[in-house]
Amino acid sequence: METYTLPPKPHRSTWKIVKRVLIALAIIALYVWTFLGIDIDWGRAIERSVKNFGILIPKLFSPEWAAMSEVALKIVETIFIAFAGTLMASILAVPLGFLAAKNMTNRGVATFGKWLLSANRSFPELILAILFVVAVGPNAFAGVLAIAIHSTGMLGKLYSEVVESIDMKVVEAMESNGANKIQILFFGVIPQVIPEFLSYAIYRFEIDIRASSVLGIVGAGGIGTMIMFASMNRNWNQMGLILLAIIIVVTIIDFISAKIRRRIV
Amino acid sequence: MTKENVTDMNKVPSMYPTKTKAQVTIIFFAILAFYLFSMYWTQQQMVGGFGNAFGNMKQVIEKFFPPNISVVKAIWPAMAQTIQMAIIATTIAAILTVPLALLSAQNITTFKPLYLVSRTFLNILRTIPDLVLAVIFVGLFGVGIFPGILALIIFSLGILAKLISETIEAVDMDPLEAMRASGGGKLQVIFYGLVPQILPQVTSFILYVFEINIRASVVLGLVGAGGIGLILDRELQFYNYPNAMAIIILIFIVVIVIEYISNKIREALI
Repeated sequence: METYTLPPKPHRSTWKIVKRVLIALAIIALYVWTFLGIDIDWGRAIERSVKNFGILIPKLFSPEWAAMSEVALKIVETIFIAFAGTLMASILAVPLGFLAAKNMTNRGVATFGKWLLSANRSFPELILAILFVVAVGPNAFAGVLAIAIHSTGMLGKLYSEVVESIDMKVVEAMESNGANKIQILFFGVIPQVIPEFLSYAIYRFEIDIRASSVLGIVGAGGIGTMIMFASMNRNWNQMGLILLAIIIVVTIIDFISAKIRRRIV
Repeated sequence: MTKENVTDMNKVPSMYPTKTKAQVTIIFFAILAFYLFSMYWTQQQMVGGFGNAFGNMKQVIEKFFPPNISVVKAIWPAMAQTIQMAIIATTIAAILTVPLALLSAQNITTFKPLYLVSRTFLNILRTIPDLVLAVIFVGLFGVGIFPGILALIIFSLGILAKLISETIEAVDMDPLEAMRASGGGKLQVIFYGLVPQILPQVTSFILYVFEINIRASVVLGLVGAGGIGLILDRELQFYNYPNAMAIIILIFIVVIVIEYISNKIREALI
C-alpha cells in the first residue's frame, strides 16, 4: 500500500499563538463573569410557567375579534408614526450623510460627522421616546420624533457609505470641465446616489414599523399602547389579536418594500 | 459667444424622459400627501400644538439637567446584569441558530418542503418586535431576567438564522461537491467544506446581533424583563429626572463603547 504524506502544516509564529491564547482567555473571563453574575430564580419561573402556560397560550391563539376596530385604528396610527418619522429622517440624513462622507468634505469634518451620527444611533428609540414623551406629552407625535431622530443616525451612516462608494471619475471630469460645486453636486453626485438612498429609506421604513409598534409601551402612541393595557389587564385574547395584526402588517409591508427596492436598484 | 448660442444652450434636452418625470411627480405628491396626513393625525391629540412643545422642551431639558452622576455606582450592578443578559442570549441564540440556518439554506436542505417550512417560520418570527416577546414572556414566567433573556434569544434567532442562511446560500459549492464525490458524509461535508468558508461572516453576524441585543436589553426592563430598564422605569415614575438622566447617559456610554469594540473586531475579521 502506498503511503500518503500530508502537506506540512503552516508555520505559526509565537506571537500569533500568544495572541490566540490571550483572546481565548479574554473570552473565557467574559463568560465566567457573565455566569457568576447572572442568577435566575428557576423555582419561581418554573412554578409560574406551569401555572400560566395552560391559561396564556390557548388565549393567545384565540384572538378577541371584538377589539378588531380598535386594533385596526391603532395599527394605522403605528404606520403613520413610522412613515412620518422615516420620511423626516430620510431628509435630515442627506446633509448629515454628505457631511460624514470622506470624499465630499475634508477628513476632520468627515470624522466629526461620523461621530455625530454614531452618537445619535446609540440612543435606543425607546429611550428617545421617553424623553420626547416628557417633552411633548404622551401622544403619537413623541413617537414620530423618536423614530425620526434614531433613524437619522442609522440612515446618515448608510448614506455616507453610499456617497463614499460613488464613481469619482464623473466628478473629476465635471471639475476639469469647469463645473462649479453646486453643478457637480446636482449632476455628478446626486444621480449616482438617489436609487440607493431611496432603497435604504424604504428599508428603514420596514424597521421603523417594528420599532413604532412598541413605542406605546412608554406612552408614545401606536399599537404599543394597547399592548401595555392588554398585558396589565392580563387580557391575553386581545394580545393575540394585536400580535396577529402586527405579524400581518409587518409581513405585508416587508413584501411591498422588497418589491419596490428590487425595482429601484 | 453670440446671443443665439446662449438660447441654444438653455434648451438642452433633459436627462430624463417625460414619462419618468410624470411618474416621479405623482409619487412625490402621493408621499407628500401621506406625510402631511400622518403629521396631522399624530399631532391631533397633542395639547397646545407644536409651538407649545418647544417651550416644553426647554423646561424638560432644565428638569433633566444636571444629571445626578453619583447614582452611577448604585446602578452599575443593574447595568452589568443587562450586559450579561445580552451575552447569554447571544451565545444561546448562536448555538440554536446552527440547525435553523442549515435548514433554511436552499443549497444544503435540498428537501423543498422542509426548507419552505423553516423559511416561513423564521419570517414570522422576525416580524414580532422583541419587546412584545418580552411582554408575553413576562406574563408567562413572571417579572425577572429569565423572560428577558428568552425574548432576546428568540428575537436574535430570527435575525441570525436569516443572515447565516443567506451566507450559506452564497458559498462556493465546488469544494463541497468534491468532498461528496470522494465519499464524505453529510456532516463531514458541512464541517470541512462549509464551516471554513462561512466562519468569518458568521462571527461578524454574531457580534452584530450582540450589538442589537445590548441596545434591546437596556429597554427590556421597561416591561419588567430585568436589567437597567427596570430602574429607569422606576426613576421616571417617581419623576426623578436627574437620576433618570444619569442612567440614560450611562446606557449611552456603554452602548457606544461596546459598539466601538465590536466594530473594530468585525473590521479585523472581514
